[in-house]
Amino acid sequence: MANEQSLDIVRRSASTGDPPDIRKEQQVAKLIDVSRCIGCKACQAACMEWNNLRPEMEHFEGSYDNPADLNPATWTLMRFTEYEPEDGHLEWLIRKDGCMHCADPGCLKACPAPGAIVQYRNGIVDFISEACIGCGYCVKGCPFNIPRVSKVDHKSYKCSLCSDRVSAGLEPACVKACPTGAILFGTKEDMTQWAGERVEDLKSRGYAHAGLYDPQGVGGTHVMYVLHHADRPSLYAGLPDKPKIDPLVQAWKGVFKPVALAALAATAVAGFVHWVVRGPNEVQPEDEAAGRKMLDDGPGKPEAKQ
Amino acid sequence: MRRERGAVPRYTPLARANHWLTAALLILLALSGLSMFHPGLFFLSHLFGGGEAARAIHPWFGVVLLASFALLFFRFVGDNLWSRDDTRWMGAIRSVMANEEEKVPEVDRYNAGQKLVFWGMTWLILILFFSGLVIWDAYFATYTAIETKRIAVLVHSVAAAAIIWVWIVHVYASLWVRGTVRGMMRGSVTAGWAWRHHRKWLRAMARGER
Repeated sequence: MANEQSLDIVRRSASTGDPPDIRKEQQVAKLIDVSRCIGCKACQAACMEWNNLRPEMEHFEGSYDNPADLNPATWTLMRFTEYEPEDGHLEWLIRKDGCMHCADPGCLKACPAPGAIVQYRNGIVDFISEACIGCGYCVKGCPFNIPRVSKVDHKSYKCSLCSDRVSAGLEPACVKACPTGAILFGTKEDMTQWAGERVEDLKSRGYAHAGLYDPQGVGGTHVMYVLHHADRPSLYAGLPDKPKIDPLVQAWKGVFKPVALAALAATAVAGFVHWVVRGPNEVQPEDEAAGRKMLDDGPGKPEAKQ
Repeated sequence: MRRERGAVPRYTPLARANHWLTAALLILLALSGLSMFHPGLFFLSHLFGGGEAARAIHPWFGVVLLASFALLFFRFVGDNLWSRDDTRWMGAIRSVMANEEEKVPEVDRYNAGQKLVFWGMTWLILILFFSGLVIWDAYFATYTAIETKRIAVLVHSVAAAAIIWVWIVHVYASLWVRGTVRGMMRGSVTAGWAWRHHRKWLRAMARGER
């Protein structure tokens, strides 16, 4: 949703030059308190409703996850995990999956289309669909496996953190719909502070490893989780333990791009220099005479030469 | 082939058509591919009708290139097998670069540099084709894991830079060694060109073996 002003854009995919820096804005964050989630999927429904998305009906896959995975029209998805700790009881870990809005977004880094992915000053990472060329590089860049490219229009889609609502001073639709207060929205500072209180509470109730998931490998995220088992994020339907932009993507989009172009340019220049210094290799009249003679008189013996 | 005096036939019309089709495709692939490689070159996508169109057509160029190059490969592979003379020729590369060909071993239809271009193109096209399939998301997105695609996209761009490098060498060599382009344009070279650069080949021709 391209409703924010260009003054609010701090990063723009495949673009050079400095972003506008005159405006200061607070960083926002969505805090998902997994310990308070009851798995009602109101957030999923609200997301569909606000963003006017109607994913295709799927089949039952033997799990509460419905649909089975994120797709171009499902930008947030409750993922259910049945976890049995050593003491034998059962924990139902329910994580609302979706874009994490990384401070250092791998999708934006990988994107080759100018302006198809932008990062706003408040921290939201947004896909500008009309500029998307459908290459799928964002899928390779994302450490969280979030973007989904549509088979119909070949555009990539993901959660916008309701950037249109936020720009109008509203909270995201999922936050609005959550009946238990498991999803909160505010400044990143406030959310971090509130998460600290929640973590203390969880620790006092026996979750010794409770903590905030705000992975620093991607510079922190603007969607954060309160986890009862913050020491093992991957328990929660494969949430990456230490997400970071893959080194292969870093090499591809970082070092290699300028080095490759410089090497190619240098080779072309080397050719030019060779031409100037050594000159072209031209056939001489005596070559023509010798060549014709060989064709007319027969091959003769090979010259003994090195 | 009809032989005009002093002209030596080198490429049949079919061979030339095959070469130039391959060349055109390689250039189209380079232009559309570079547009997705570096932001500063995104403007190249407008040659193809915009970013989406460039993204969509690039792999199809690749498919046609593979077919066209396959024909070229079987046409030329026999003359591009590496021999001991080629190793000696490479040993004398300084003399080659200095335009002192009298110090270089006699060359058959192709010299070692040309053979390296041939094999470089061959291997790089194969690498580019298969790594390209992995990242051709319009049809093959679900067949490989994201980690595999990350490897493929890096391999694809390194191989692409390498093949453009080979292409620059190929083009420069054909311009530097005067009279070479004529062979691929008109199909024949002068007897003097053959004498100077491919004497072993000319000798075989004079013997009636070619």
